[in-house]
Amino acid sequence: MDKFVTHTGTGVPLRRSNVDTDQIIPAVYLKRVTRSGYEDGLFAAWRKDPEFVLNNEDFKNGTILVAGVDFGTGSSREHAVWALQNYGFKVIISPRFADIFKGNSAKGGLLTIILPQDQVEALWDAIEAEPSMPIEINLEKRTVSYKSATSSSVMPFVIDDYTRWRLMEGLDDIGLTLKQTESIDAFEKTRPAYKPETQPAR
Amino acid sequence: MASDTSGQTLAEKIWQEHVVRSTQGEPDLLYIDLHLIHEVTSAQAFDGLRLAGRRVRRPDLTIATEDHNTPTLNIDRPIADPVSRLQVDTLRKNCAEFGVRIHSLGDIDQGIVHVVGPQLGLTQPGMTIVCGDSHTSTHGAFGALAFGIGTSEVEHVLATQTLPLVRPKTMAINVEGELQPGVTAKDIILAVIAQIGTGGGQGYVIEYRGSAIRALSMEGRMTVCNMSIEAGARAGLVAPDEKTFAYIKDKPHAPQDWEAALAYWGTLFTDADARFDVEISINANELAPFVTWGTNPAQGAPLTSVVPDPALIADVEERGAAERALVYMDLKAGTPLKNIAIDTVFLGSCTNGRIEDLRSAAAILDGKKISSTLRMLVVPGSARVRLQAEAEGLDRIFINAGAEWRNAGCSMCLGMNPDQLAPGERSASTSNRNFEGRQGKGGRTHLVSPQVAAATALRGTLSSPADL
Repeated sequence: MDKFVTHTGTGVPLRRSNVDTDQIIPAVYLKRVTRSGYEDGLFAAWRKDPEFVLNNEDFKNGTILVAGVDFGTGSSREHAVWALQNYGFKVIISPRFADIFKGNSAKGGLLTIILPQDQVEALWDAIEAEPSMPIEINLEKRTVSYKSATSSSVMPFVIDDYTRWRLMEGLDDIGLTLKQTESIDAFEKTRPAYKPETQPAR
Repeated sequence: MASDTSGQTLAEKIWQEHVVRSTQGEPDLLYIDLHLIHEVTSAQAFDGLRLAGRRVRRPDLTIATEDHNTPTLNIDRPIADPVSRLQVDTLRKNCAEFGVRIHSLGDIDQGIVHVVGPQLGLTQPGMTIVCGDSHTSTHGAFGALAFGIGTSEVEHVLATQTLPLVRPKTMAINVEGELQPGVTAKDIILAVIAQIGTGGGQGYVIEYRGSAIRALSMEGRMTVCNMSIEAGARAGLVAPDEKTFAYIKDKPHAPQDWEAALAYWGTLFTDADARFDVEISINANELAPFVTWGTNPAQGAPLTSVVPDPALIADVEERGAAERALVYMDLKAGTPLKNIAIDTVFLGSCTNGRIEDLRSAAAILDGKKISSTLRMLVVPGSARVRLQAEAEGLDRIFINAGAEWRNAGCSMCLGMNPDQLAPGERSASTSNRNFEGRQGKGGRTHLVSPQVAAATALRGTLSSPADL
């Protein structure tokens, strides 16, 4: 996983709430057995609409997606994270994320930032007024900042220390857990015998 | 979860019993008792293991089945779509390579992963259960802490049999009273989601409590817990009781040391002095058959009401979402829900694809014909459910009524296999998600109970058994 400390890019205003993972990537794209190449499936249905924000030349190269509340609801498909990353997104901002999506994002190094609704709306307005406006994400300082011709803002965000540390170091969770193998071995010895096993089938 | 000196909630007890390691400032490392696997979210995880030279730590706590991407017709022939076939073949190869038990298409224990676990008796009270599928919350009906995970977490559990997780907060949903005839577990959970919203349970594990929950069968409790994720909660559970124990008793993987298991299961309840972070009350007496009109599961209303007018919704975000939903659903505010004509009725899924669901729909269809204006697909949740239904003659009732009797799988719930809605087609579906395009590109979904599905099939428009 790549380390994430700061990122500067332009924004994509997605003025919708409840962007579920079926919209992010429809099920028909989940038949593949790879982790890459999902960019064609990202928002597949919405992209057929010429008015959709990603079809607007102004926002084509954006790397920071700014969405409405309850982003990533529904299915646990990590393909949603892969599709966003494969397309080029580095950061998603929303007033609230679904738990599983947020967890999947952190595993893959896609930063999810929670900002209050009013700040998200201000960001939408600023991006639409000046699409080429650079937005700086600083994970170390936990800030989102932008400066346009008409407005500027530095917005602090909250992220737990552990997730921040993992993202900044680009650490692999499995490697970290395998360092605890002795604790896992010890725990397993205490498991009651009546707990079921899948093998052999009786 | 609140950690104080008072009593513990059921979820807190189960959590505490599975903590391998707890360190200040880090997530708890939680032991996983059972890991369920299917073809769609596992291939990349097995690849990760191979790349890192890792093994599956506990194949004996892991089990796989094929469900999401499998056809429900011609299952004795190779899967026609080569991309789907490769995905299923990949699961079979991975299971063979890593020593994981698998129930493949054609096997008597194949089926939707959340139907298979309970019917094998692998789902038991007090367990931690995960699967790369958000509807893993279904298993919470047995008093287990069960939740969906992503593919990176699937790999993590395969490699370590643990997951680093932040303790969720706890929410009690108290459903007191008695359901009226024709009102079901599905109507309870649709009403809950409409009340708290798709994000209302975010960050919580929900415990469903109260007399109306106690009165539900195990199948009904599974339906309720199944859709916890639709309210944003990763897990939902019900304290185990005599019904739970009776359900497990004769299953293949029921504990051999039954008395020891029973003694432990008897400790699995929320202490009288425990505190939930949030408590919500629902009056079961007032619930009615419930359907969705929009494109998220919180956009629902009693079947006797009308399509709501977005202009009357105070919240700006919700109003905008409702406006967009009515455009997508091609519905006009004020239209009685019962006037909405349906093209396809889908009976099945991990929400409502169990034997009791098929029985309740068959009882309504018995000796009658479905409307000539629609088609009806009946997809049992597992091969065993299908066999059981056939032993009871339910298949004949469905077929004689004009419905299609299919093989087990997720099918039209997510439209990954050939069972899909055509663009613009409208379904009454016993599944769990009415998202745009969920059941097929351009398809429109109304979520309903099995009884409403059956009554709708007979009348052609959204209907409850009382309308017949």
